[in-house]
Amino acid sequence: MTGAKWRWGFLDLVVIVFALIPVLWIASLSFKTPATITDGDFIPREWTLENYRNIFNTDQFVRALVNSIGIGLISTLVAVVLGTMAAYAIARLDFPGKKLLIGISLLIAMFPQVSLVSPLFEIERSIGLFDTWPGLILPYITFGLPLAIYTLSAFFRQIPWDLEKAAKMDGATQGEAFRRVIAPLAAPGVFTTAILVFIFCWNDFLFAISLTSTERSRTVPAALSFFQGASQFEDPTGAISAAAVIITIPIILFVLFFQRRIVSGLTSGAVKG
Amino acid sequence: MADIVLDKVTKAFPDGTLAVQEFNLEIADGEFVILVGPSGCGKSTTLNMIAGLEDISSGELRIDGQRVNDKAPRDRDIAMVFQSYALYPNMTVRENMAFPLKLAKLSREEIDRKVDEAAKVLELTALLDRKPANLSGGQRQRVAMGRAIVRSPKAFLMDEPLSNLDAKLRVQMRTVVSRLQKRLGTTTVYVTHDQTEAMTLGDRVVIMRAGAIQQVGEPQELYDHPNNLFVAGFIGSPSMNFLPATVSDGSLHTSLGDFPLGERLRSRLADVSGDLIVGIRPEHFEDASLIEDSIRQRGAEFEATADLVESMGSDKYVYFTVEGEKASAAELEELAADAGSGDLPSSGSNLVCRFSAESRVKEGDTARIWVNLDKIHLFDPSNGRNVTLHEGRSSGVSA
Ligand SMILES: Nc1ncnc2c1ncn2[C@@H]1O[C@H](COP(=O)(O)OP(=O)(O)OP(=O)(O)O)[C@@H](O)[C@H]1O
Ligand SMILES: [Mg+2]
Repeated sequence: MTGAKWRWGFLDLVVIVFALIPVLWIASLSFKTPATITDGDFIPREWTLENYRNIFNTDQFVRALVNSIGIGLISTLVAVVLGTMAAYAIARLDFPGKKLLIGISLLIAMFPQVSLVSPLFEIERSIGLFDTWPGLILPYITFGLPLAIYTLSAFFRQIPWDLEKAAKMDGATQGEAFRRVIAPLAAPGVFTTAILVFIFCWNDFLFAISLTSTERSRTVPAALSFFQGASQFEDPTGAISAAAVIITIPIILFVLFFQRRIVSGLTSGAVKG
Repeated sequence: MADIVLDKVTKAFPDGTLAVQEFNLEIADGEFVILVGPSGCGKSTTLNMIAGLEDISSGELRIDGQRVNDKAPRDRDIAMVFQSYALYPNMTVRENMAFPLKLAKLSREEIDRKVDEAAKVLELTALLDRKPANLSGGQRQRVAMGRAIVRSPKAFLMDEPLSNLDAKLRVQMRTVVSRLQKRLGTTTVYVTHDQTEAMTLGDRVVIMRAGAIQQVGEPQELYDHPNNLFVAGFIGSPSMNFLPATVSDGSLHTSLGDFPLGERLRSRLADVSGDLIVGIRPEHFEDASLIEDSIRQRGAEFEATADLVESMGSDKYVYFTVEGEKASAAELEELAADAGSGDLPSSGSNLVCRFSAESRVKEGDTARIWVNLDKIHLFDPSNGRNVTLHEGRSSGVSA
């Protein structure tokens, strides 16, 4: 029994180390001075915040950060609002074409994004969306929405139907029943979904690199690849590392902050337990 | 408070299932009506139609004389208690009970007053600040009842409200429900699966089968004068014994023996011929040695070997196997299926008798058994009708 436990513990450790070493390596690089950046030491010999100072002093990075946050939030908001409505309908109603809707959204979620890049590039260029916020927001919603519908309908299915009936018997309209009874219970699901969709948008490199051309709408992952460092002749490794660390932070915060809410008992006590 | 009238109410689901057919019932103001029947007979559907949670396909539903077919649940002023309790998990007990009052836009003081009052009646005062997750099953049940009574609705609807409780608590809550209803005097429709609840709680019981009413009446009336085989077999625990029988030469031939047809039966069997099913309740048998001579001639006697004797203290249940064919009718098969005994292997019929505690019958003994012929029922197996009822009664609702 304990033998198995130790084996699994060891395996977990290997996986964690394997996943975390590169992250720590990047973090370590971001604190090194240009002179020591290639020394290969895991712990920097000379600590410096110069890299961070530099990237926040360049317009390039700050602008990309603003783009990333703006585009990510707008896409997430739209996808989650639409997804909530669609998922609620899927979980609660029997309407013609329900199977088709689920099938299509699954199809979209599975669709290889890379095959869409060239057509999207052409389309956006001809209708003037290329290198604009909406030009990225649209594809993000397209792929974020099926994700939202999937996660949310799983959550809605867990909420007992009877609660809604009870609310109606207690004198609530359909809207009140949703707002005052269903929505509070669905909140953890909505948060989870929002985080997943936001992470998807935040991490995307493929669309970001192909559908933008200037700082106007370039997001951080794309902007990183254009990093030149503070001056033209400087090695940008330190700056890129610092930027990579910066964009990892919101994700870590998000997950840590909402973890409690996500896993806490969703509907315990509603019905017989 | 109000009277509720169901006038030929019918429910056909989109997939073609006819869940309730031409349901006619007048529920008087303040009456406690029980709907019983086997699983899937349309009890919940009927209740949901009264509540407004299901549309009525045809027919009319009137509350207080007003047609409410097209009214939303919230405009019908009816409260419902669900089998699952359906408490709002994100609200405390107080908030749960206050919810209908808040929606009705009552003032804060009034809400508090009503909630406190209801909590006192249901002994929930100490639990008002807890969340449903931290309550026991019985407490949750009481909160669900509390949420229904706070706003003094026109009627209560309850769909198997006690079936999630364990046996002891169920008995306890049964008296709570009964007292509460008497005290408030609110019209109540109560759906149950449970024999005892049906017999003890209601003013009237409605027995349903496959979407249709079989019989409506006071519990004792249904027990003593079942309209048909289905009602006879459904009401009573242990249930009525059924055996095939034929009538000829003024006597009744059964696998227990030939019984003389008394005055009562002869007059009603005038126009009946062919196969019959005889139905005898367990308490209408008795150990023949305990029968006083004065009443002995009201019945007949036969002998059988006891398979099993269960002594309950107050009386004894004695089980016999009677050789010969089993009574067969569609109703009986359905009842057996609902009771889950549809495919019990057995040759011959099982007979359950209730003897008084003084009986000395032991397992394996051949006992002499007396049967009270005044109390037996005869049914027509082709349509299930009770042919022993006088015409006036049996013509009420047909099978
Ligand atoms: N939405 C639906 N669509 C089609 N048929 C349905 C639907 N809901 C219920 N039915 C059918 O209607 C019939 C009556 O169902 P109902 O729920 O009223 O039974 P019930 O008497 O309450 O049974 P139980 O005692 O098991 O709760 C059943 O045959 C059921 O299969
Ligand atoms: Mg039911």
